[in-house]
Amino acid sequence: MTATTTATTAHVNSLTTGQLPKWAPWAILLGSWVLVGGVFALMNTGGDPGDFNVGGTMFLGTVLFVVLLTVFSTVAENRRKAMDRLVTALVVSAFVVVLIPLASLLYTVLINGLTRFDAEFFSSSMRNVIGEGGGAVHAVWGTLLITLGATVISVPIGLMTSIYLVEYGRGRLAKAITFLVDVMTGIPSIVAGLFASAVFVAFFEPGIRMGIAGSVALSVLMIPVVVRSSEEMLRLVPNELREASYALGVPKWLTIMKVVLPTSIAGITTGVTLAISRVIGETAPLLLTAGITQGLNTNLFSGQMTTLPVFVYTQYRSPGMYPDEAIARAWAGALTLILIVMVLNLVARLVAKIFAPKLGR
Amino acid sequence: MNIKRVGTLAALGLTGTLLLASCASNEAAPGDSSEAPESSFSGQLDGTGASSQESAQLAWLTAFQTENPDVTINYEGTGSGPGRENFLAGASPFIGSDRAFNEEELAAGGFTACASDEIVELPLYVSPIAVIFNLEGVDELNLDAATIANIFNGTVTTWNDPAIADQNEGVELPDTAITPVHRSDDSGTTENFTDYLAAVAPEAWTSEADGVWPLTGGESAEGTSNLVAAVEGGEGTIGYADASRAGSLGKVSVKVGEEYVPYSTDAVAAFIDASPRVEGRTDGDIAIELDRTTTEAGVYPLALISYLIGCVEYEDPATAELVAGYFSYIASEEGQQVGLDEAGSAPISDELRTEVESAIALIG
Amino acid sequence: MTTASPARTAQRGVRRLGDRVFSGTAVGAGIVILLLLAAVALFLITQSIPAFTVDPEDVSILRGQSFVEYVGPLVFGTIWAALLALIVAAPLAIGIALFISHYAPRRIASVIGYVIDLLAAVPSVVYGLWGATTFAPIVRPFYVWLNENLGWFPLFAGDVSATGRTILTASLVLAVMILPIMTAICREVFLQAPRLHEEAALALGATRWEMIRMAVLPFARGGMVSAAMLALGRALGETMAVTMVLSVSGVISVELLTSTNPTTIPANIALSFPEAYGEGVNVLIATGLILFLVTFAVNALARYIVNRRSAFSGAN
Repeated sequence: MTATTTATTAHVNSLTTGQLPKWAPWAILLGSWVLVGGVFALMNTGGDPGDFNVGGTMFLGTVLFVVLLTVFSTVAENRRKAMDRLVTALVVSAFVVVLIPLASLLYTVLINGLTRFDAEFFSSSMRNVIGEGGGAVHAVWGTLLITLGATVISVPIGLMTSIYLVEYGRGRLAKAITFLVDVMTGIPSIVAGLFASAVFVAFFEPGIRMGIAGSVALSVLMIPVVVRSSEEMLRLVPNELREASYALGVPKWLTIMKVVLPTSIAGITTGVTLAISRVIGETAPLLLTAGITQGLNTNLFSGQMTTLPVFVYTQYRSPGMYPDEAIARAWAGALTLILIVMVLNLVARLVAKIFAPKLGR
Repeated sequence: MNIKRVGTLAALGLTGTLLLASCASNEAAPGDSSEAPESSFSGQLDGTGASSQESAQLAWLTAFQTENPDVTINYEGTGSGPGRENFLAGASPFIGSDRAFNEEELAAGGFTACASDEIVELPLYVSPIAVIFNLEGVDELNLDAATIANIFNGTVTTWNDPAIADQNEGVELPDTAITPVHRSDDSGTTENFTDYLAAVAPEAWTSEADGVWPLTGGESAEGTSNLVAAVEGGEGTIGYADASRAGSLGKVSVKVGEEYVPYSTDAVAAFIDASPRVEGRTDGDIAIELDRTTTEAGVYPLALISYLIGCVEYEDPATAELVAGYFSYIASEEGQQVGLDEAGSAPISDELRTEVESAIALIG
Repeated sequence: MTTASPARTAQRGVRRLGDRVFSGTAVGAGIVILLLLAAVALFLITQSIPAFTVDPEDVSILRGQSFVEYVGPLVFGTIWAALLALIVAAPLAIGIALFISHYAPRRIASVIGYVIDLLAAVPSVVYGLWGATTFAPIVRPFYVWLNENLGWFPLFAGDVSATGRTILTASLVLAVMILPIMTAICREVFLQAPRLHEEAALALGATRWEMIRMAVLPFARGGMVSAAMLALGRALGETMAVTMVLSVSGVISVELLTSTNPTTIPANIALSFPEAYGEGVNVLIATGLILFLVTFAVNALARYIVNRRSAFSGAN
C-alpha cells in the first residue's frame, strides 16, 4: 500500500519522494492497537468482557507501533529517516508513559484535597481542634517563613559560589569546593536535621526548637542544589559575550552582573525554584529542628513552627478517633503546598522574563 | 499568556488569603480571657516522647488549654527514645514513654529536667492492641496465642487451616492464603505484641519480646496508619494495631484461660489491675509489670501501657505547678474519658487513679 | 579560564575595587561552604565513632551483629533501590526533556514544563501516601503476570507480595519523584544548545534526530550527567516515601516482587530513630555517614566521567 502511494506521488512532486504520508504514523498506531486488542480479545473469549486487558493492549500495541513504524520507514524511506522516526516515537512515548503516573498523582491530590480546601482551612490553626474543622494557617505560615529563611541563606551563598567556580575559580580552592559541593548533595536530609539541631543545641539550650533552625537544616540541603544548577547555567553562557564585554572595557564584576547573570537568569531562577521545591516538601529534618505546634507562630526566632509537610505527616500519623477528617486535612495540606510552589514557579518565570535579555528563544 | 494571567490572579488571590489570615480565627489573642473560665494556670510546657500517645495528648492538651486559656502545651511524638533522652538532657519538663525508665537508668540518675533524681512515672495511657484481619465475610475470629504466633511465624499459611477452624466452629473459612503484616518500625506496639506471644505461647514463639520485629521476611508497614492501610488493601491479611484504629476490619478474640475475650476497654483496665507493680521503686514511680499469662476471667491481655514521666521537684515552681495540673487533669475521670472518646485509650480504674493521684501530689 | 583581565587603563583603581569586593564575596561564599561542610563532617564523625568501637551485645538494634554486618544489607538496599529508580528515570527524563525542548509545539511545551516543575515540590509524604495506597494496588496484577511468565528470571522470582509494596514499587515511586528535577535540568541544558549549530545541522540536511545527536547531546552531556547525579542523590537520600511504600526486611535480595525486601539507609534511620537510645543513636548516625560516603563516591565517579569527556562549556 505504501509502495503505491510513493509510486504515484513520485510523478507529482520529487521533493516528497520516498516519504511516508503524514497520516501513516497515526494509521500504524491505530492499527497496532486494534491488532493487539484483537489478540487479547481472542485470548479473553468466553471470559468476562471486564477482564479485557486494556493496559496490556496499550503497552504492547505501542511497542508494536514503534517496531512497525521503523520497519516501514526503513523500507519506504531510508535508514536515517527511520532512525529519526524511531527516536520521535520513543521520545513521545516516554512523555506519555510519564504523564500517566504524574496525572494519577495530581488527580489523587486534587480530588482528596478539595474536600477540605475551604475558608476555614485557611483561617484557623489546629489549636484546640479535635475531630472536625481546623485548618493549616499555622502550617502555611511556617512553610513560607522557614523556606524564605532557607532561601535567604542559600541563594546568595550558592550563587556567589557558582560565580566563583565559573568565573574566578582556579587551582586547589575551586577544585576543593567543587568536590565538597558534590559531597554536600549526598547529605541525607535526616542528617541535615540532626546537624542543625546539634548546632542550635550547642549555641542555645538542649531541645531548642525554632523556625530558623529548620531554615538552617534546609539550607544545608539547598545550597548544593543551587550551586550545581547555577554553575551549570553560568557555564553555558558563551565566552564570546564575556569577551565582547571586556573588549568594551567593562570590568569583570560588571560583566558578570550585567552580561553573564542576565543571560543565564532563566536557568538560574529555574535552578533556585527547583532548589526551593526540593526542600519545601521536607519532613524529617523539620521534625528535629522546628518541632510541632498546633498554634500559629510567626516568629522564626522563637518557639516551635509547623510546616505543611509536617502537618500532613502528623495528620496522617495520629488521627485519633477521626481518621477521615484528619486524612482530608492532610490531603488539603498537600494540595496547598503544591499551589504554593505553583505560584512560586510563576513568579520565578516572571522574574526570568523581566530580567532576561530578549533573545531568539 | 492566558495561563500566566490566570496564574497571576491566583497568586494575588492566595497572597490575599494569607494576608487576611495572618491570625488564626480559632486562637484567642493572648490575655483576652474575659469569657474564659477562671483558671490559675499559665505558661508553656513542651513535652516530647512516645508517638503512640500523640493523639491522646492532643485530646488532653486541647481540653486543658480550653479550660486554661493562658496555657500552651505542645506535645511532639518524637518517639520514646528521644523523649527519654530529652528528659535526661533537660529539654522536656515532661515526656511520654512506652516503657518506664529501667533500674540502671534510674540508678544512673542525672535527670537534668529535675531538681532532684526522684521522678514520677504514671501509667496513664493504656491502649488495647487488636489483632485485625481482612477476610471477606468474616468479622470475628477466636484464636489462642499459639495459633496467632503460628500465623505470624509462617507455620499456619491458609485461613481454613484446622488450627483456626477448630477454634471457630460454624465460621465459613476460605482457603485464602494468610498474609501477616507486621510493623517495620521500632515500636512499643510490636514490643507488647511479641511480649504477649513470647509469654503465652513460648513453644510457638521462640523469639524474645522486641520493639523491632524479630523475624526476617514477611510483609511489613511503617506506623499504625500504614499498617492498617496495608491490611485493608490486601485480601487475607492479618496484623496488629491500636484497637482505636481497627475501624471496620475483623477483630480477633484471644483465648484467656478457657474463654475467648474480645477486646474492650474494660477488659484492658481489668488486665492492668490484675498486673503487679514493679517492686523496689520510689513512691511516685508506678511501673507496672504486665502479667500476660493471667487466666483471670474477662481480662484482655494485649495492651500497651505508655507512661507520663515528670519530676518530683522542678527548678521552677511554676513548671511544677503546671505539670502537676496537667497530669491531674489527665488522671481525672474527665481526662480519661476524653482519652477514650478522642483517642480510644482505655480509662484507668478508680483503684489505680487513687495511686496516681497520690503520686502527683508529690510534685512540687 | 582563558579570558584575559580587562585592559589595564587609567581607571584601573576604581575597577580593581569593584572587582576585588566582588571576587572577595565569591571566594567568601565558597569558604562558607567549606566551613559548613567541615562542620557537618565533624559532627557526623564524632557522633559515629562510638558506633565503631561499641560492643555489639550492648546495643539492642545491632542484635549481636557487628556494625559492618548491620550496615552491609542497608548499603546494598540503598544503592539497589536508587539504581533501579535511575535506570527507569534517566531515559524517560531525557526523553521528556527532548520532547519539551525540541519536539513539542512551544505553547504546549511551556505548559508541560511547568506542570513537571510543580511535581518536584510534591512532598515526599504525599508520594509515599500515593505510592502505598494508589500505585501499589495498580501495579500488583502486572507483577503477578511478570512472576508467572518470567519467574525463571532471578529478578522476578519468589512469591508475589499480596499488597504490591515491593522494592520495585518503591523504585518506581522514587523514579517518579526524581523525574521532575532531572527533566527540568536536562530541559534547560538542551534549550541552551547553540541555535546556530542546530540550524547549521538542519541546513546540511540532517534529520531532527541527527541534529540532536550532533548539535545538542554533545553540548549537553555534562549537564545531563549533573542532572542524573542530583537525581541519584535525591533517590539515595529519600526517606519518607521509601519508608511508607516499602515492606522492609533488611535482607540482601534481588527479587523485585516479593514482600521480603532490603531496607535503605534513610528508611532504616526513619524507622529506628524514634525508639533509639544510647549508642543505638550513634549507630544510626554512623549509617548516615556511610550513606554520605556512598553518595559521595557516586558523585565523584560522575565528575570523573564528565571531566574525562571534557564538558562542552562556554566558559572555558
